[in-house]
Amino acid sequence: MSQKAIVLYLHVHQPFRIRHYTVFDAGVNHDYFDAPYEDDTSNERIAHKVAEKSYLPTNARLLQLLRDNPEFKLSLSITGTVIEQLEKWAPAALRSFQELTETGRVEIVAETYHHSLAFFYSRAEFERQVKMHADKVKEVFGQTPKVFRNTELCYNNDVAYWADKAGYKAILAEGWDPVLGWRSPNYVYRPAYTENIRLLMKNYKLSDDIAFRFGDRGWSEWPLTADKFAHWLGANQNATNFDLFMDYETFGEHQWESTGIFDFLSHLPKEWLKNEHHTFMTVSEAADAFEPVDVIDTPNTVTWADTERDLSAWLGNSMQTGSIQALYSLEDMVLATNDLALIEDWRRLTTSDHFYYMCTKYFNDGDIHAYFSPYETPYEAYMNFMNAYHDIKFRLSQKGIEV
Amino acid sequence: MLGWELPPHNSGGLGVACLQLCRALAKQNIDIEFVLPYEAEHGIDFMSVTAATPQGVASVIRSGIAYDSYKYIKEDGSEEWLNIYDQQELYEKSVERLIDGREFDIVHAHDWLTARAGMRVKEKRGCPLIIHVHSVESDRSGGNGGNPLVLEIEEMAVHMAERVMAVSQHTKNCIVRDYGVPADKIEVVHNSIEASDIVPLDTDNTYRYLSAMRAQGYRVVLNVGRLTIQKGLPNLLLAAKDVIFRAPKTLFLIVGSGEQYYELIEQAADLGIGANIFFTGFLRGKQWRDAFAVSDLFVMPSISEPFGLTPLEAVAYGTPSVVSKQSGVSEVFKNCLKVDFWDIKEMANQITSVVQNDDLRDTLTLNAQAEYQNFSWEDASKKVVHVYNQHVVGAA
Repeated sequence: MSQKAIVLYLHVHQPFRIRHYTVFDAGVNHDYFDAPYEDDTSNERIAHKVAEKSYLPTNARLLQLLRDNPEFKLSLSITGTVIEQLEKWAPAALRSFQELTETGRVEIVAETYHHSLAFFYSRAEFERQVKMHADKVKEVFGQTPKVFRNTELCYNNDVAYWADKAGYKAILAEGWDPVLGWRSPNYVYRPAYTENIRLLMKNYKLSDDIAFRFGDRGWSEWPLTADKFAHWLGANQNATNFDLFMDYETFGEHQWESTGIFDFLSHLPKEWLKNEHHTFMTVSEAADAFEPVDVIDTPNTVTWADTERDLSAWLGNSMQTGSIQALYSLEDMVLATNDLALIEDWRRLTTSDHFYYMCTKYFNDGDIHAYFSPYETPYEAYMNFMNAYHDIKFRLSQKGIEV
Repeated sequence: MLGWELPPHNSGGLGVACLQLCRALAKQNIDIEFVLPYEAEHGIDFMSVTAATPQGVASVIRSGIAYDSYKYIKEDGSEEWLNIYDQQELYEKSVERLIDGREFDIVHAHDWLTARAGMRVKEKRGCPLIIHVHSVESDRSGGNGGNPLVLEIEEMAVHMAERVMAVSQHTKNCIVRDYGVPADKIEVVHNSIEASDIVPLDTDNTYRYLSAMRAQGYRVVLNVGRLTIQKGLPNLLLAAKDVIFRAPKTLFLIVGSGEQYYELIEQAADLGIGANIFFTGFLRGKQWRDAFAVSDLFVMPSISEPFGLTPLEAVAYGTPSVVSKQSGVSEVFKNCLKVDFWDIKEMANQITSVVQNDDLRDTLTLNAQAEYQNFSWEDASKKVVHVYNQHVVGAA
């Protein structure tokens, strides 16, 4: 019997949310990201909360699991913006991530520093942000990432082609049925038009059992226990790697501690490793261990979001497309100033979350909590963003640059 | 059912809401006799409309708006003008005479104007009384106490009624606050709108000048409503000054009349923004519809708005809205911007954002139009029928 691996990959990210920033602030105050502590948009407060509820307790368990199970491994992607926030507001939480990587069995995945959609708007800026992220990861975790994931798992042939040329071992994508067709996500693939790179595809059914359905008492499989889950995976004869990709905040934030999610996590390695053919791998180990079984052609962009699995959550209405185009139209002028504070403010605005908050897709269904937003409405998100954009333009004009 | 007005002889939202509610109730097989204090042709076929004419009076003629005087032409040919307080007293007596020999299960009275008549009917016949509150006196007086005579009638009525219906949670809260009525006695029945009742626009717009200015990059901000303290227009003008400072190509179109008319014109001049503000007075029909169509944004800055239908009418003509959070419509309408009526800075911020960003205006409009398709009076009428059934003996 051949080897089977769980490839657990968790994504850690926090954006710099824009405060209630009005037309009266534009041209006067440049502190877009500094909401008062008690506001919903306070990045400091959210960093404190998420460190307390999710990062610290989860990392404590993960560290224990790494110590107890020599075969347990996982991969993390952690954006530059969240690293900065933890450095500033929750150093203990950052330290707990470093303790994980110090075991040598936690791999950090490459991405854009600012969790942006730059790949689709400016290839040059995209490459700068990927480089910034690699530098930051090297500085904080002492690793050089070997596997790439694009923001929100935005993936198509072009992204794969770029990552192949850039020398990455593997790239991550959503194992979405229209892309896979009859094929299973539980194998390693090769992206079309590439030479060396491997493609790892998220098994969204199994991943969502943990990330979304775990605490749902109406779900027919509730309660999901570690031995039941390990049994499902073990019973699957046609598989080499189970790619369980999810937001890190699944643990303690999306699924609260009271759902039993931490107990599930604590028991999963032991249950899975009962069989000698079962193991855990990091993303690059999986890319090395298994030969690609087929070529995957992905002309259209696929993401890990919503039932559509496309970019419509970020670029689905004219507020979103208008504001992102306006922002990138300033790129050359902003960079030419060499004003590091201005450049960083502009980059923080490239974070995809700002455009996600402007999404109106589900607003009409009455389920305004279907997405995570610190704003009451998508319109409010847009107004704050555009006023910050106008202020960036104002700062350019102060330097004699006419926009 | 006791009412004060019906379209086209209405002055505002009350008549429209009554008509729409009754039409939806008729579809639920409710047999309605709608009793008005005046005589007129309404062209209504789904219920009977009766005028309660006082003894010795040949006809009652409405003039102007609801809160103006009515002219009473007596049988001997003489005429008399009565103020609104005397009118509702007279209406009470007329209704009392009218019900003799008539059969009905329940009396449903709209607003304080018909409340005395409603209470009289209940007293005389012992039938259940529903008081339907479209606004409370503290709304109408902009939170400044109000007329003690009206307060007294309103208070007595909501206590005497078997059930109270409020057009919004906002109004329900006001009734509980002002009159100490137990909350579970009050049913919230939100007003709504029927897309099929909207009169379509024709191809040319009345406002030639404003259309030309828009073509030159100007943006038009609209308010439609009575120019009265409840509607919060002075705050809109203060916000307008900030908006015009940031976005000089912004014009404000103020449609309506009322006791603040001259005061507002003077305020605009004092603020130095007179050239950007257009007052039209009271409008109907095409001029009224075209005002929405020529505008980029509708603002309803009301201090206290029991419901406030105009933002939904604006959607019908393709115009998005900023609405006061102190309004009933803000409870049910999602795709609009919302602001506290006192927060002039935020009001200016929202208006400026819309006039400076066509993307925001267009996305708001598109989503509001999608949302608008789901509005209907059917849900409201079902709630009302449910309440009727709880109070009528022998009902299902």
